[in-house]
Amino acid sequence: MDRRIPLRKEIEYLSPEGLRLDGRLPSELRQISAQIGAVPNADGSAVFEMGNTKVIAAVYGPRKVQNWGQQINDQALVRCEYSVANFSTGDRVRRPKGDRRSTEISLVIRQTMEACIMTHQMPRTQIDIYVQVLQADGGTRSACINAATLALAAAGIPMKDLVTSCGAGYLNGTPLLDLNYVEDSAGGPDVILGILPTLNRVTLLQADSKLTMDAFESVMQLVTEGCMAVADYIRSVLREHTKQLELRRGV
Amino acid sequence: MKELQVPLNQTQKIRLQTALQKLQDLSSKVDHSIVAVADTISVNHDDGFLKGHGTTELDGEVVATVCGVVERVNKLVYVRALKPRYQAERDGYWLGVIADGAVIYVTWTRIVPERWKVEINFSQDAVLMLSSMNMPDGIQAEVRDTFQHDGTLHLQARSRKYGKLEKGQLLTVSPYLVKRSKQHFHHLEEFGIDLILGSNGYIWIGEHVEARDNQENPSNQQNGTSNKRSVNLAVPEKTYTALEKRQQICRIANAIRVLSSLGFNMTKEIIMVIVNMSITLNVEIHEMLGAEFYVRVAEKEVERRSSLKMGRG
Repeated sequence: MDRRIPLRKEIEYLSPEGLRLDGRLPSELRQISAQIGAVPNADGSAVFEMGNTKVIAAVYGPRKVQNWGQQINDQALVRCEYSVANFSTGDRVRRPKGDRRSTEISLVIRQTMEACIMTHQMPRTQIDIYVQVLQADGGTRSACINAATLALAAAGIPMKDLVTSCGAGYLNGTPLLDLNYVEDSAGGPDVILGILPTLNRVTLLQADSKLTMDAFESVMQLVTEGCMAVADYIRSVLREHTKQLELRRGV
Repeated sequence: MKELQVPLNQTQKIRLQTALQKLQDLSSKVDHSIVAVADTISVNHDDGFLKGHGTTELDGEVVATVCGVVERVNKLVYVRALKPRYQAERDGYWLGVIADGAVIYVTWTRIVPERWKVEINFSQDAVLMLSSMNMPDGIQAEVRDTFQHDGTLHLQARSRKYGKLEKGQLLTVSPYLVKRSKQHFHHLEEFGIDLILGSNGYIWIGEHVEARDNQENPSNQQNGTSNKRSVNLAVPEKTYTALEKRQQICRIANAIRVLSSLGFNMTKEIIMVIVNMSITLNVEIHEMLGAEFYVRVAEKEVERRSSLKMGRG
């Protein structure tokens, strides 16, 4: 008996030539681009785009703890707020603040970022991370984490390593890197990985729906490569930004 | 306000780009010392080294924890971050502004008596003991001590030169733009204006005040501020700042705003160059924040730096 999860049969996710719906190869990332410094009043901010997914992140801090009761005496308090703009999806939906999905993603981002921030260097302070999805086309979670990393680095907050994230799926018997919205809503497995690229550690691994062990291995390998590619890009953006600042500052 | 959003037209964009490109050509050595988070910093392991700010050790290698520029002083290796928050150090000059009247009041009566919390663009508010200063209201102070273990800073303002700041305006810029130097208090004689470049990124521009030796009522440990303030309010202000002087203050402030949004280093000399340029070009004060002047400042800076380089070479 076939116990695979039923896919939407009417769509072929991989053409006979081996290309995906948007013309990518199975192991191809979407076009990524990032800019630092989108929010003038934040300590650090960034816009991160993966294809049509666009996310903005702003970091405030380290600053004094607003709610005195939450202060931690030997480390920094990291807070994260995730929201989705009403206009970000195809149909305009008014989303209530603090629904299940956004609460969960806020938590995921917070935990992922907390793993790399050197919180012990900044006792009795708080770091606020705000991320907002401006355009949603699949992979918002990964895009949010990447944007948050950039914003934290731009704010000059000490970190053990960058965190980079990427997603992958498994459709029509092929592992596919960086799913877009159509592929994501096919109902197949969607694996999201967050890694510390230099330390070579995994900080986040989430998967929807079931996946066989063999398939998981191949997806995992693909998604790790994807994360590494994103990490290279993020590093180059950060270096360029720092260089620009130093240049303009002069001696 | 940390950045201006200036709408540039096509020609101005190109001029700005050429100016920035020239800046890049002028300083070619920057490239290799730039690090991003988690980049390895090469060190001489045989010679011995000390790890400073912004570095950590990983598998026997020195790794950066912030983005910035690698600096080496003898054996010390550290990363100078270009970040928008102040990094506290001893013996810096500060420009403090009391955060909020309400906060002071609460601090005074309930939590800790006899101290003020001072907003200093740092990750925490600093503490100013009332016993260690002479004047209430906007104060200037210097760092007495940093207590690294809990991160709070203690300030003191005993010296005569720290006093109330009046008749001027305060700007906030990114602290890395203000160069550390011995001299933070400047008196611009031609304008009769005081310029204070605080190392935490707070900049004060105000009417020049002579150093006052005969301050009225130097001790106010018991009287409290609320008392004193009400007295101040009751007495009508006798002196006022002339319009011309106020305009000059605004002119200097706008010069600083433009420099800050371009991300250029700030010293008294550079600020004065920009102010004088605006006067010779007959630029109105409000026009200084416009696109044309913005680009001109960038070009002027290129000119200045290249002439410096010529002078050296």
